Amino acid sequence: MTATAEPEVGKARLRKEDARLITGRTRWTDNITLPGMLHLAVLRSPMAHARIVSIDTSAARDMPGVVAVLTATDLDPDGEIGMPCAWPITPDMRHPRRPVLAATEVNFAGEGVAVVAARSAAEAEDALEHIEVEYEDLPVVLDMEAALAEGAPLVHEDLGTNRSALWVFDSGEAGTGGDVEQAISDAEVKLTRRFRQQRLIPAFMEPRSTVVDPTGPQLTVWSSTQIPHILRVMTAMTLGVPEHKLRVVAPDVGGGFGGKIAVLPEEMMAALVARKLGKPVKWTESRSDAMLTAHHGRDQIQDITISATRDGMVTGLKVDLLADMGAYLGLVGPGVPLLGAFMFNAIYKIPAYRFACTNVFTNKTLTDAYRGAGRPEATFAIERMMDELAAELGMDPLELREKNWIRHDEFPFTTVAGLTYDSGNYEAATERAKQLFDYDGLRREQQARRASNDPVQLGIGISTYTEMCGLAPSRVLGSLAYGAGGWESASIRMLPTGKVEVVTGSSAHGQGHETAWSQIVADQLGVPFEDIEVLHGDTQFSPKGMDTYGSRSLAVGGTALVLAARRVLDKAKPVAAHMLECSVDDMEFTGGKFTVQGTDQSVGIQDVALAVFAAHDLPDGYEASLDSDATFDPENFSYPHGTHLCATEVDTETGRVSIRSYVCVDDVGKVVNPLIVEGQIHGGLAQGIAQALYEEAVHDESGTLTTGTFADYYLPSAADMPTFVTDRTETPSTTNPLGVKGVGEAGTIASTPAVVNSVIDAVRHMGVDDIEMPCSPMRVWQAIQGGAR
Amino acid sequence: MRITVSVDGTKYTDDVEPRMLLVHYLRERLGKTGTVVGCDTSNCGACTVHLDGHSVKSCSVLAVQADGCEVTTVEGLARDGRMHPVQQAFHDNHALQCGFCTPGMIMQAIDLLADDPDPDENAVRHGLEGNLCRCTGYQNIVRAVRDAASKMAPGAGPVAEQVSDSEITSRAPSHTGGGS
Repeated sequence: MTATAEPEVGKARLRKEDARLITGRTRWTDNITLPGMLHLAVLRSPMAHARIVSIDTSAARDMPGVVAVLTATDLDPDGEIGMPCAWPITPDMRHPRRPVLAATEVNFAGEGVAVVAARSAAEAEDALEHIEVEYEDLPVVLDMEAALAEGAPLVHEDLGTNRSALWVFDSGEAGTGGDVEQAISDAEVKLTRRFRQQRLIPAFMEPRSTVVDPTGPQLTVWSSTQIPHILRVMTAMTLGVPEHKLRVVAPDVGGGFGGKIAVLPEEMMAALVARKLGKPVKWTESRSDAMLTAHHGRDQIQDITISATRDGMVTGLKVDLLADMGAYLGLVGPGVPLLGAFMFNAIYKIPAYRFACTNVFTNKTLTDAYRGAGRPEATFAIERMMDELAAELGMDPLELREKNWIRHDEFPFTTVAGLTYDSGNYEAATERAKQLFDYDGLRREQQARRASNDPVQLGIGISTYTEMCGLAPSRVLGSLAYGAGGWESASIRMLPTGKVEVVTGSSAHGQGHETAWSQIVADQLGVPFEDIEVLHGDTQFSPKGMDTYGSRSLAVGGTALVLAARRVLDKAKPVAAHMLECSVDDMEFTGGKFTVQGTDQSVGIQDVALAVFAAHDLPDGYEASLDSDATFDPENFSYPHGTHLCATEVDTETGRVSIRSYVCVDDVGKVVNPLIVEGQIHGGLAQGIAQALYEEAVHDESGTLTTGTFADYYLPSAADMPTFVTDRTETPSTTNPLGVKGVGEAGTIASTPAVVNSVIDAVRHMGVDDIEMPCSPMRVWQAIQGGAR
Repeated sequence: MRITVSVDGTKYTDDVEPRMLLVHYLRERLGKTGTVVGCDTSNCGACTVHLDGHSVKSCSVLAVQADGCEVTTVEGLARDGRMHPVQQAFHDNHALQCGFCTPGMIMQAIDLLADDPDPDENAVRHGLEGNLCRCTGYQNIVRAVRDAASKMAPGAGPVAEQVSDSEITSRAPSHTGGGS
């Protein structure tokens, strides 16, 4: 029982999770098989908007292996069940009921209309083809502006409008800054641009799956979800299952990226069918179903006006958004644009700001959180505008940014959006990135290529970003009308043999919490890394949690761990003093040992655990347990930042873009495990680059998703990605004891504008000042042709 | 149809529907749930296994096509409690996050190294083009494959996992697989 000599936090520990994942001894939800288990398959509407005239399930019922074919009438005869939305952003937000299965009307292609329960998945799938549904076409509305136009077809006739909500922040009204209209009208320079955030598909690699077991004292739900705790509460509220009769387990979960922050109709359907039939049921989706029905991300139209002085001081920023909700509201979908509302001003000292967002219904798959959720959209818009402003003013885009950003000696800094950034050092990150990138050398090469009229032009793209993460202070969430808090919980149990069980309310699905949390607790308690087991994702042993999203787990959940560990030590101390026959006041704790100050008499925490277990000789009145819980609610967000530089080569004859080099220097505060941090950055970059260059969910005019498989949706492969150069600066967050900020979304948030800025920079001299994402060869080539006119 | 397949060194005889995919046979009949299904268009490669020593996407092979063949899945790579060098390299280089694509990625990487024992970065990237990963941005996967290459004797991949009949007999008696 030796103490660890050097701190675990900061070590590039190889992951504990890997052993099972690289040998195939995994527990994916779809691996679960229970006695008598039935398989579900869902019949989905091929129509984007239609009235259901009739559903005939009789032939399907006669198919081999089929146990039941159920429709809305069977599962929810009174039409009372509605999928939850936890973020009513305004008191008058329009929130149509989203049924588990459509009863009278389908509102997007992919909406479920019937479910088959059969003895095998194949038999369930076969039976779907024998269900006859008669639809009557209704007019389809897909475009947000068309949806808001007078006389537009309505997605939900009873709402009388396709507008769900209007949410506004105005710095003049909020008292956090000036009047933006005044700033714009007084401006020496102003620029207005429209950007389109295309619709994206999160495309986690593990298709969603749920198993519901109605046998036994509780209803047990396994689900491939990011949010087992929230799912439990929401299932209780949605179906009326008493919460204490419900156990939710997220076993190994194969990625989420926000796409598994959802309460699914299929999860509710599985619970209803399982209860009705008294048998365990499993639903596992196909990839095509995942593309069609798992919520999509982004899909905004951004109208941005920026004003500035001639010498490059930004004086105002005005943002008007349209956000496509799709046909219904997702769990947190309406609030996604709000997560960006506080970030458009980014790292800059902008004196006046106004943000207005209109959430719109269309006949498409609903949108909700996708990696970054609101913040990539905001960062893209401001970083594109800074480049456009620099071009307008004839300034170097990096120089313009430097002129406007918050200097490192100005923190803490309260922004025009009302957030207080606790720490940051944009100068240091930018300086390091410039060195690694050879910024000046590449600018020279760019000039040379332009001068020689090289068919392959070089562009340099910049993105100096920050983000708010560590979601979130509960009071702030309350003020934004979010339905829950932002705390996280942790429990630490000292076992008799000195091993440690750590229970966290965060729910990892690839992030490496088992490793990183072990490192944190190893340092706090001075026990070996290997002696710690991290448990998560099962409401039976982890009853409290707010789960994993928004780069929150370490900043919030990691802090809860530290607080719980401190309580373990507080409880251990009197026992150690008793064992050493000294006063509690004479004890110090370092490296896993309580020592009598100034002596070599000591006892290890793991020995104390055994003594407490035996309980033979404890101080009088001592409660024989070291187990401790803690809940942490942050007072502020954390604010990672960094500088990303991208060099792309654009073939002006074909429009083909290739990334020549990508350098990022991120400041995510203190780092628990540099290996995991680097991995998160890599993956984030790939997703952000994919938005810039490759991915787009496309619907045809009838509302059919034409990018509904991996054959049509351009998910990048290894051959599509460059090798990234990553580095870090480390400015600790001051809002949590670990000094950490979060890293899950940084790469995605920063990289999209860096890449698009570089593509435009390559061809700006040819008259191009915008290219819609994704910057496919076709779009780039067309932009060059248009610019050259 | 009746098929006999050797999977990870154990011989199985089963009656299967002609339409049954190899991946479903592995997962549902044999409980080889280490091999997973990520798509339905053979684009993602998560289901990659070796069929007679060469990588195949097991969602694109019928179980009956594997009759008389030797199948190796990610579960059959470790030998005597030691991981295959490619598995070890994935661990050492943090080449996985959620791990869902990992079994297929490892099986494809082994096949790639059998064809090209010392691939440069570009060759690795193109060799893994049929296997999608959403977590890692591929950088550490590429690093892992090259690390494994440096630690493996040329061709040691599939060769190392080829199991002769006598070994099968000595290691595990053949039996009729579950479920049928």
